[in-house]
Amino acid sequence: MQLAGRILKRLGVFVVSLVGASVLIFVITQALPGDVAQTLLGTQATPDEVAQLRAQLGLDRPLIVQYLDWFGHVLVGDFGVSHLSGDSVISLLLPRLAVTMWLVGLSMVGSLLLAVPAGMVAALKRRSWQGVLVSASAQAGMAIPVFWGGILAVMVFAVWLRWLPANGYVPLSENPASWARHLVMPVVTLSVVQAAVLIRYVRTALVEVLNEDYYRTARAIGWRPMGALLRHGLRNAAISLVTVLGLQVSSVLVGAIVVESVFNLPGLGSLLLTAVAQRDLLVVQGTVMFLVLAVLVISALVDFSYVLIDPRQRAVQEGR
Amino acid sequence: MSFADASRRPRSVVIKAVAVVLGLTLGFGLAGCTDGGGATPAQAKTLVVGATLEPASMDAWHNPDASIPQVLLYNVYETLVKVDSDGALKPLLAQAWEISPDRLTYTFHLNPAAKFASGNPVNAAAVVANLDRMKADAKLTGTLQAQLAPIASYSALDEHQVQIKLTHPSLMWLYDLTTTVGMILDPAFSGDLNNATAGSGPYAFASHDKGQSVTLAANTAYWGTPARFDKVVFRYFLDPNAENAAMLSGDLDIISNLQAPDALAQFSDTSRFTVINGTTNGEVVLGLNHTTKALKDLKVRQALTMAIDRKALLDTAWNGQGTLIGSMSVPTDPWYEDLTATNAYNPQKAKQLLKEAGYANGLTLRLRVPVVPYAVKSAQFVASQLRDVGVTVKVDELEFARWIPEVFTKGDYDMTIVAHTEPRDFGKFANPKYYWHYDSKKFQQLYANADAASDEAQAVAGMKASLRYLADDAAAIWLFALPNLVITKNTITGLPANASSLSFDLTSIASR
Repeated sequence: MQLAGRILKRLGVFVVSLVGASVLIFVITQALPGDVAQTLLGTQATPDEVAQLRAQLGLDRPLIVQYLDWFGHVLVGDFGVSHLSGDSVISLLLPRLAVTMWLVGLSMVGSLLLAVPAGMVAALKRRSWQGVLVSASAQAGMAIPVFWGGILAVMVFAVWLRWLPANGYVPLSENPASWARHLVMPVVTLSVVQAAVLIRYVRTALVEVLNEDYYRTARAIGWRPMGALLRHGLRNAAISLVTVLGLQVSSVLVGAIVVESVFNLPGLGSLLLTAVAQRDLLVVQGTVMFLVLAVLVISALVDFSYVLIDPRQRAVQEGR
Repeated sequence: MSFADASRRPRSVVIKAVAVVLGLTLGFGLAGCTDGGGATPAQAKTLVVGATLEPASMDAWHNPDASIPQVLLYNVYETLVKVDSDGALKPLLAQAWEISPDRLTYTFHLNPAAKFASGNPVNAAAVVANLDRMKADAKLTGTLQAQLAPIASYSALDEHQVQIKLTHPSLMWLYDLTTTVGMILDPAFSGDLNNATAGSGPYAFASHDKGQSVTLAANTAYWGTPARFDKVVFRYFLDPNAENAAMLSGDLDIISNLQAPDALAQFSDTSRFTVINGTTNGEVVLGLNHTTKALKDLKVRQALTMAIDRKALLDTAWNGQGTLIGSMSVPTDPWYEDLTATNAYNPQKAKQLLKEAGYANGLTLRLRVPVVPYAVKSAQFVASQLRDVGVTVKVDELEFARWIPEVFTKGDYDMTIVAHTEPRDFGKFANPKYYWHYDSKKFQQLYANADAASDEAQAVAGMKASLRYLADDAAAIWLFALPNLVITKNTITGLPANASSLSFDLTSIASR
């Protein structure tokens, strides 16, 4: 019962957030001065021609009608058609989404691969130079703006050493080796910056574990510090880590938009930038809606993952 | 849950993790080797060109975007006549043409060898079919409709001769034919122009990878000098730094137009790069709104012009790259004259003129510019120089998508700065509805007479007189003409020096 209630409540929050976000997105994009009719017709057009095209595109209808028309279609999965290119918004989004998902997904994995071991060192050796070094590097890492880190990487690995292409993208299906070569620098850049943030959380969570009775007991029966931490500490620390990771998703997405621009990746970020500049509002709305949806889904998944990580929660929910 | 088996020494987990990371790194490294190795064999010859504005479609007839002719004009679609790098008219599909003494009748002799990529001949019937199609198309862009307007009638005289009659003589009309309006489409084509082409040029559209690149492939059946590359890729960059980095790392063969001249220093290694520094059609105009009370006064307009040291502005804002011009014309125009001495820099005289005009106690003007590098940098310089003669300038930076409705359409501004990149575009000053609202009967008369003059020499002389009038009347302030800064690898040759048309003309480019 409790579980069902929790799911229902979660679903309610999900729906309300989604509708709220759709209103916000619509209002903000409509508030942008300028419109796609002007972009389409260029600087030669007369005001009459612009007005005529606006009417053709349905841009002269009352805002509430335009909103209901748009959101009603979004609910059934129809994001509309780009006024500029005539392509459906979905057909523009999907290939871009693939790029951004690779970038964000691999960066999350990369940041965990970096942050967990480093955080463990920082926690266990917190009173010796290794721990201090890790913490100091994390501080330094956080101070680096993503774009600057990206430009630096390009300068070193593409321009000087010429090991990797400076930017661009090749789909995985086309050439896996080239795909990997194009993604290394963006993924590493984003991972390092995210890892710098995560290390602190890993360290704090693990330091707490070090003060727990079960850790002391594990040590007492002969586990080495690292072993005890791996066996008994990580799962306990995982709860707060997953929470932070869930919250990080939105900041990774923002970071991804910056990284996409530095590395000229054809992801959602560059689609969004171009669409805003050209006032292709249906594309803007569709893209932002997609991003909101992704963040909402991930935070819902994070909530449910607690149940997987922590058996106690399961016990409570199943009424045992 | 695979954290660690209690019976085993957990240290091995760490070792495993390290091994995985190392493995991944090595994997990428190896991948790098295979990728680099696979691309070298002398198979397909590819040219990679960096550019900034990505076309939304391949349909130049219904989309005024200059990024479309940049890729397609002359490369994919050919015109009867073209302009060369120096701005001169050259034969293309027409091997010769005659103009009647009254300059109303044009007879074009088509090259009998010319054929479309489909194999169909480019004959008189095809040219007539193109004119029929455009004339009947109500959705054609405004520019193209205006350029077709002078045509009174047209007909095929025989298989290879077309005759076009105009309603009035026009010097500009033949030049217009070298642009998008003159592109000849295969009449047999029935597909979607948004993502297919059917021209007679050395290349044909192959693919458009949205957000990334447009690829052209050689037209193996080309009727003229064969294409020198099997593939040409136009790669698009939102961020100029990314484009420069791609050039420096060797991923690009050419940067089609360097976005910021201060990046030139990065390409100073002459053993790797060649820098081409030519001219474009882009006049950077400090536009004056002639409906603003103070700016209706010639003395004020002259004073503003004299208050700005344009040489210093070019050095400060654009690294000294570009050409100083004194009117709405660039060196590749047949009627170009150096008019920089008109209303030359003279702040003392400027102050005096302002006093005579009744603005001894100062004048406040709004300078609303789009957020593009040349405009923002120039605006700061202009504001500081005008302050020195007692004019307070309120600079307001607008995103381009906002600049168009507010400044361009509504005319809500006193001064603005924008580059006018279309070729031979000074006739815009004859249109009082255009955003400058310059309504000079004298200029309109001069321009109309020059365009319709009964012989070419007279027409060119008339154009010169019109341009001089614009400069004397300080109809606008011409800051400079944008340079054509092209960077190429040293192995690339044959690039035209000047960007005299909207085309990025690939036809003469070769690779050593």
